[in-house]
Amino acid sequence: MGKALDAGGHHDHHEIPWIRQYIFATDHKMIAKQFMFVSLFFLVVGGALAGMMRWQLGFPSQPMPGGMILPDAMMAPTPNGAIMLPEFYNSLVTMHGTIMIFFAIMPLLVGLFGNLLIPLQIGAEDMAFPRLNMVSFWLAVPAGILMLASFGVEGGAAGAGWTSYAPLSTSGEWTGVYLGQQLWLASLTILGFSSLVGSVNYISTVINMRAPGMTWFRMPLATWSLFVTAVLILLAIPILAGALIMLLFDQTIGTGFFRPEVGGEPLLWQHLFWFFGHPEVYILILPAMGITSEVLANRARKPIFGYHSMVLAIVGIGFLGWIVWGHHMFQSGMNPLLGTSFMISTMAIAVPSAIKVFNWLATLWKADIHLDVPMLHALAFVSMFIIGGLSGIFMANTPVDIYIHDTYFIVAHIHYVLFGGSLFAIFAGITFWFPKMFGRMMNEPLGKVHFVLTLIFYNLVFFPMHNLGLRGMMRRIYDFTQYEFLAPLQPMNQFITVFAFLLIATQVLFVINFFWSIFKGEKASENPWDSNTLEWTVPSPPPHGNFAEMPMVYRGPYEYSSPESDTDFLPQTTPPGGGSSGVPEPTPTPEGVEA
Amino acid sequence: MNWGDWSWMMPEGFSTFTAEVDSLYYLILWITGVTFFATEALLIYFIVRYRHKEGRKATYDHGSTKMEVVWTAIPLLILIGLGALSKGAWDRMKIDVPAGAMEIIVTAKQFEWNATYPGPDGALGTADDFDVLNQIHAPVDQPVWIHLRAEDVLHSLFLPEMRVKQDAVPGRDIPVWFEAMATGDYTIGCAELCGIGHTTMNGTLTIHSAADFQAWASARAEQRPQPQP
Amino acid sequence: MIDRLWQNRGVAVVAAGLMAAGCGGSEGGGSDTSGGGAAEPAASPVDAATVGHASGMVTFAGTAPAMAEIDMSTEATCAAKHSMTPTDETVVVGDGGGLANVFVYVKEGLESLDFPTPSDAVLLDQDGCMYIPHVIGVQAGQDFMLRNSDGLLHNINASPTANRGFNVSQPVSMEASRSFPTAEIMVPVRCDVHGWMSSYIGVVDHPYFAVTGPDGSVSLEGLPPGNYVVEAWHEVYGTVTQSITVATGATAELSLEFTSGMSAAHVPLGEPLDLMHPQGQRVVDHQ
Repeated sequence: MGKALDAGGHHDHHEIPWIRQYIFATDHKMIAKQFMFVSLFFLVVGGALAGMMRWQLGFPSQPMPGGMILPDAMMAPTPNGAIMLPEFYNSLVTMHGTIMIFFAIMPLLVGLFGNLLIPLQIGAEDMAFPRLNMVSFWLAVPAGILMLASFGVEGGAAGAGWTSYAPLSTSGEWTGVYLGQQLWLASLTILGFSSLVGSVNYISTVINMRAPGMTWFRMPLATWSLFVTAVLILLAIPILAGALIMLLFDQTIGTGFFRPEVGGEPLLWQHLFWFFGHPEVYILILPAMGITSEVLANRARKPIFGYHSMVLAIVGIGFLGWIVWGHHMFQSGMNPLLGTSFMISTMAIAVPSAIKVFNWLATLWKADIHLDVPMLHALAFVSMFIIGGLSGIFMANTPVDIYIHDTYFIVAHIHYVLFGGSLFAIFAGITFWFPKMFGRMMNEPLGKVHFVLTLIFYNLVFFPMHNLGLRGMMRRIYDFTQYEFLAPLQPMNQFITVFAFLLIATQVLFVINFFWSIFKGEKASENPWDSNTLEWTVPSPPPHGNFAEMPMVYRGPYEYSSPESDTDFLPQTTPPGGGSSGVPEPTPTPEGVEA
Repeated sequence: MNWGDWSWMMPEGFSTFTAEVDSLYYLILWITGVTFFATEALLIYFIVRYRHKEGRKATYDHGSTKMEVVWTAIPLLILIGLGALSKGAWDRMKIDVPAGAMEIIVTAKQFEWNATYPGPDGALGTADDFDVLNQIHAPVDQPVWIHLRAEDVLHSLFLPEMRVKQDAVPGRDIPVWFEAMATGDYTIGCAELCGIGHTTMNGTLTIHSAADFQAWASARAEQRPQPQP
Repeated sequence: MIDRLWQNRGVAVVAAGLMAAGCGGSEGGGSDTSGGGAAEPAASPVDAATVGHASGMVTFAGTAPAMAEIDMSTEATCAAKHSMTPTDETVVVGDGGGLANVFVYVKEGLESLDFPTPSDAVLLDQDGCMYIPHVIGVQAGQDFMLRNSDGLLHNINASPTANRGFNVSQPVSMEASRSFPTAEIMVPVRCDVHGWMSSYIGVVDHPYFAVTGPDGSVSLEGLPPGNYVVEAWHEVYGTVTQSITVATGATAELSLEFTSGMSAAHVPLGEPLDLMHPQGQRVVDHQ
């Protein structure tokens, strides 16, 4: 890894030993890259797990190509080849969800973009606590190793779903998974501490280290969303950590928090898990919304429509996100009187998301849209998030949820939000800030091919899943053909599987583009996108300490196509009047230096 | 792929819940469908209409409070209204168990559904109760009150044609009810991952005419195994 | 419980796990735990010229309960394998009053001897959705072969106390071998897909064990001369013991009796749970 990072090129700081610069780094930009490489690796792992799962669903209980190289604990050898074992399928379901959510999407959004953007966008030299930042990354690494290692232990990796509902998760007697489940719990606990340490850092940095003139309402929306995300992490992760430790105790030292046979309460696990888990959903989408807002405004060359309402929507989601967890539990046996309350609060939280979509649309109205790769991904985010948001209304509605709960309708919904949403925003973000990270541009034609194929295959994979769910196909099922009424769905499942493989294969284009561009990409200038925000006022890549001198901020981040400027952008640091040949106005506004 | 399988229609339902669930589903489908086409069409129109050309400059515009209020209020009213509209159906399906329902116990365990019927004495929990494995039998046009229990882990009783789904939780007795409107054989499924054999945890729901059901129940009661010493 | 966590071969398997994708192979699941397989088999500590035997009957006194019929209608493949409706196998009494499926083994008297682990595997077949045989015995460390002859999904869920449990599936006709390193009376085995399938495995440190046949007969061959306590274990009626003396070339008589009254000796596995009603539900008249 060190070699690839080396290409980022920090030649000017030879006084920092190599190991402190690339391995145990404290520079927020290096930590961001470390998070990026590790989580992109996990993205590949998660995709491979999904591929195996899709094989079993498309071709139930037929020999899997290449399956013979997997151990007997995963595959049953037969004369025709190896057939997937149901316990391995359960592990795949569990680990695909866990790895994608906790080790790919979350560290990409929070670890990569949080680290990269927060100090640069607010004009800080680094995070408030650089060494704490390093600890955050180096806690995530052992967590990832433990999670991967669980595939190799006897009984295999955790197999009770990414939600690990008790009592199934409390004993290997129920799942056949013994040590694997404990490793899962230990790994996520460690990862939780990593996120906590990171979020404390983000919050401190945003509150204390904004450059003069960088008022709250001059902060870019990406930083706003990452700030609210950090608050959510700070409050949500301790709930998860507590629940994980309780479950670990149930497994190992015989406590009975969630085990009904000794007086425990299975639903307690669900309440704790979702009290964390629903804010987690917003942890996974808020930064994506922030990234999209940045890219959209920049590539549309137009101020973001309704900046204040965008900020309020982010903060509103941050509050409402705490009172909707019960909508995951409508059919759980929770007191059904609560169903209606949670339905109403869930309906309410759809409103801020709707506001954001309308504001993005209005931003495009009468804009000057540059359809380059980051913009294409950002537009795909908006388009796919509309689908994911609308399909959420079905399951928020308690009577309809009775039918579609735990079916593929839910699988479709979560993938429209997390893949169609978060992952497209991640692609937008990586391609947009790639020049800032590596000093080179990504290849544009290759990026467009990757985008088009991904968008098409993605929809062919996940859109039909709505229909599978509507036809009653339950999720997390090893062999749906065991059900007579589901057997006719096999052609549709096969169709999905074929395009899932194509979707996975398409990502090779991104990998090629990514690594080729690190070494061979066209050299990038300081501000290749003609952007207003502070990160584009420093060299690409920025030196250690970021800003040669303390930047002064004079205006909001989205002053595109302002009449004040001769060009179609007006950086936050340009003094009033500095963007235009006329109208000199030398002094900064009074609130310009207020905190 | 056979696109004939594709449909936005709910599969045919055979219980009194069908109308309530399906009408709400279609209402939401209309609302979301219209919103979907409107927003996506607008998005595509804007992308095409305002794409970059030489000399184009974007309008310098920071937003409009009036429009923010409009597109906050309209979704809020629609969504809250939808919630209020759904409360009645939810209460009927999940809370208000009708009087006079036939009571049975369904116990879920890895990986089977055991239905317990009152024997000839008509009361559950007595010595003449009898069990049926992976089958639920019920009369048509009569409410059935299932005492849903679980022995080991969570399961979820899914009767797709009856529009019924309810998790079974060990340690609890959760009331589930439905009233079938047509005789026939329907699906029993488990919708909650419950372990290695989750996929095999299915069975048959048989809805009889009232007379057939009586005949079936008395036949089963007779062949029930003698209690062991 | 804590040491069970750490018995899990943790570190070694963690390391192995990291390489599992690359190495492949079949050891990842730890299905072959034959352990000393590579070592040369130790010689038996028993002088074959001096041995004696023990042989006899395990009988049942009283009225045996009728065994429930098993409803296999939901598994047609298995139902078709049985010409008669299969019944539960918990209490099987032969015509002469012999009790079948009793695990008989030498409980005391062999402590000073170390026996080599046999290299042949004991078969536990799943055929017609029944475990055949219903009870097996193995020596500690000896392999037993789990075979699926039905070609449909079975899982084998073993819940020992002294050994580590496993719960694995066999979705197709296949075989897999396992072993228990520690002596344990008895290890319950069940299939959760077919709730009626249950079996027991007796694990002892020496080769002197047997399971009674349908007529209740049993014999332990080749015992060194000495005094022994023999125990018989039955899944419903518990255990009975008998002291015997084995002399060179002679056969000591085994006579162990269970009675119907002993069913109270059976300890139930768990108490029924208190059932809670969630709050809020009520019975109303919809009219």
